Amino acid sequence: METQQLTLGSGLPADVMSGGSGPALLYLHNHLGRDWDGFLDALAQVYTVYAPRHPGSDEPDELSSLDGFADLALYYDDLLNALGVETAIVVGHSFGGMAAAEFAAHCPQRVEKLVLIDSLGLWLDETPIEDISGVPAPRVSTILSGSAALTEELLSQPEDPAAIPDFMVSRFLSQAAVSHFIWPIPDRDLRRRLYRITMPVLVIWGEDDQYVPPVYAAEFEAGLPDAQRAMIAGAGHMPHLEKTEVVIEAITRFLNG
Amino acid sequence: MKSIWFHLQGYRDLPADFEDRYESVWVTPPTDELCDPQKVHQYLNWNLDELDYAASLGFDGIGTNEHHQNGYGFPVSPNQTGYYLAKSTTDQAIVILGNTLPLYNPPIRVAEEIAYMDCLSNGRVVSGMPVGTPMDVTHCYGITPTEVRPRYFEAHDLIKQAWTADKEFHFNGKYTKLRHVNLWPKPIQKPHPPIWLAGGGSVETWDFAAQNNYLYSYLSFGGRLAAQSLMDGYWEVVDAHGLDRNPYRAGFAQIVCVGETDAEAEKLYLEHMRYFYKKSLHVARHYAAVAGYNTKASLQAAMKRGGAGNPFEAIDPGTITWSELVDKSKRVIGGSPATVVDHLKELAKDLNVGQLILLMHIGSMDHELTKYSTRLYAEEVLPHVRDIWKDQWEDHWWPSGAKQPQLEKAASAG
Repeated sequence: METQQLTLGSGLPADVMSGGSGPALLYLHNHLGRDWDGFLDALAQVYTVYAPRHPGSDEPDELSSLDGFADLALYYDDLLNALGVETAIVVGHSFGGMAAAEFAAHCPQRVEKLVLIDSLGLWLDETPIEDISGVPAPRVSTILSGSAALTEELLSQPEDPAAIPDFMVSRFLSQAAVSHFIWPIPDRDLRRRLYRITMPVLVIWGEDDQYVPPVYAAEFEAGLPDAQRAMIAGAGHMPHLEKTEVVIEAITRFLNG
Repeated sequence: MKSIWFHLQGYRDLPADFEDRYESVWVTPPTDELCDPQKVHQYLNWNLDELDYAASLGFDGIGTNEHHQNGYGFPVSPNQTGYYLAKSTTDQAIVILGNTLPLYNPPIRVAEEIAYMDCLSNGRVVSGMPVGTPMDVTHCYGITPTEVRPRYFEAHDLIKQAWTADKEFHFNGKYTKLRHVNLWPKPIQKPHPPIWLAGGGSVETWDFAAQNNYLYSYLSFGGRLAAQSLMDGYWEVVDAHGLDRNPYRAGFAQIVCVGETDAEAEKLYLEHMRYFYKKSLHVARHYAAVAGYNTKASLQAAMKRGGAGNPFEAIDPGTITWSELVDKSKRVIGGSPATVVDHLKELAKDLNVGQLILLMHIGSMDHELTKYSTRLYAEEVLPHVRDIWKDQWEDHWWPSGAKQPQLEKAASAG
């Protein structure tokens, strides 16, 4: 696994971790920031995984030239150019799923297949999605994942007290860079662009997701031209980390099918 | 030192167990459970009467600010109060502190309304330009946190240009695009009404104030001891820009309550101070610390100081003593006129402040008690603090149309 710093055609920088070998797979992360976890390790057994850090996560000034998902889609279009990748499988989780779906809607010719995991992007007034940055800390713990141990791990601070300020700054900036695109309600009319996502899509969802409730899995499936759904039993908002093997199996079946 | 009677315009009757039952006084306090429009009818009339009363007694300025969905203050649009005061008074500076610029779309509205008020008042308006709190701006009005400051600076540029341009112009901003900017009317004050910034200590605001030679006011409920390091920081930035330490380029908000004696002040005001610090500052952390609102530099500085912090965090005042508030923490300046004068002189000297923004209606204080404290201040405190700085410095941040109110009016009005 390696990290490379790229300069895109727009002049914006990109920070991309990559590992493995095989067909190209672009992974877009959630609001907690990029982490090369066991899920990416498993994907890297079969694919060349590219995991860019969401722009603005380290340097907020970058966001001033990214005003919405059209800009963000062009950013990923530029990123694939910089990587020398013509087409890729695209996988996104939570906010990363929304970004992946928008990229697929804007640039469908570059996306071979799309995997959305507990993805933001649609909105139902009768089932509002909570603002994970605007609820009390105990509520964040409840909705972040279905596993208390995993949530604790995801929210834990570094053991070295000297490292805590930088860690906290990083978490704040990461959340801010995501909020930049979805504040205060994560709906930017993706629904009316779903028809453009013509490639096969796998919609994966934790059956117990309390952040983006499973009704949204059905919404994506119903609205996309070529989608199938895999509901993961016993998982919350982080099925790929809570039930990694099951999710990898579902993805593998979908991508090989 | 100028004495500005400033109204937070808060709710005076939150329930006794408010802070236990509700998560926050700001953003989400349920309006149908807590905010009775009939009571608000009474409060709003009292608020305006109290401001008029302060004007009649000779305070240098009167003012209010802007907050939304907030139990400790919901002036909503400060310009509405400002128009009333422009008409009802003749001498005072009308300190609008201020219009939260990122919330106006297009922000030319602020340029127009302040100009209108400046004409109505014959040049007595101070135009405060706060960035706004995360509660108001991001949670109540839905502005994307990362856009708050870019919107603020762009709005500022447009408004200032609208006031000062010598002919119609177009404005091609990122957030506002206008083909014809041609203000009707422009303000009476030239080149424009004094611009006061308001903040809680972010470095960017100090720099912006110094770069533009604006006044910076620290809107604190914490008193002078808690403010010392922040105000020192501001003055260091002023130094760094090669500007003078004219105290009139700084404002400071201070809770003040006056009694005949120290003992009477404690008896009259302690319960209202407890109400204020316990209920009015009961602001949920997850609203006060929103990611993206602070710049990276401010965030890094805050983390080094030991956490994101919450300037609105309630202290635990259920049992807090008068002595703790007045003597130890010095959050509150309260007591006999002599005590208040002494403390205000120390405040002026320690913080180097020339514009004193007086918070004299606090929390649950009723109308008569508010007037009582106000009258004692006007008659027995104001004459002793008005001349602080006067022979040493000129106030370049005061509206040109404001006149020095006559203090002898106090006797007849009292």
